[in-house]
Amino acid sequence: MNTPLLAWSLPLALGMLVLAMVLCLMRMLRGPGAQDRILALDTIYINAMLLILVLGVYWRSSNYFEAALLIALLGFIGSTALAKFLLRGEVIE
Amino acid sequence: MTPDLPLWLDVLVSVLILAGAGIALTASIGLLALPSFFKRVHPPATIATLGCWCILLGALAYFSWQDGTPMLRLLLIALFMATTVPITSIFLLRAALFRARRAGENVPATLSGPRPGATETGEPG
Repeated sequence: MNTPLLAWSLPLALGMLVLAMVLCLMRMLRGPGAQDRILALDTIYINAMLLILVLGVYWRSSNYFEAALLIALLGFIGSTALAKFLLRGEVIE
Repeated sequence: MTPDLPLWLDVLVSVLILAGAGIALTASIGLLALPSFFKRVHPPATIATLGCWCILLGALAYFSWQDGTPMLRLLLIALFMATTVPITSIFLLRAALFRARRAGENVPATLSGPRPGATETGEPG
């Protein structure tokens, strides 16, 4: 197939998303509080979901949609559980 | 197998996906650069709404053309993000406010009134 623009823009978008994930990782390693780290982890999950979607377009397969949906689901569960732990772990202390 | 992608669809998908990736990158820079947690909460919401919608619409346009039918199940992700991301944000903000009040920082007091054992005077910043 002849896709002159997509062949150029999809790798660029992939690179931008990976760079965004690296920036979030820096915030997660640096973050002064636990809530900063959880927020950065949640952002990494969302960025990874977008990365999988763009990869699906790049490889011309719509099977990656399920993987993206799964990542979004697990990211939501993980972030909510961590936030609840942050809220409750200190109440119990 | 499939014929050539028309140019307008090529441009449309490229612009949408590049816009979504650019929004994600900008918001991640904001997440790294903003000074306090209550300012850092906002950039991920931009990714989950605007960036996610841009990339999803781009993928929707591409796969609808490739498969010949509108692949509306891609919009499930957008629906799912629209319902879950505010919940995560609210939980995180409540935890952060709770921790900030515990640490004695200058944050607005709780709206439900002081509990019997609480010592905050409740003066908003």
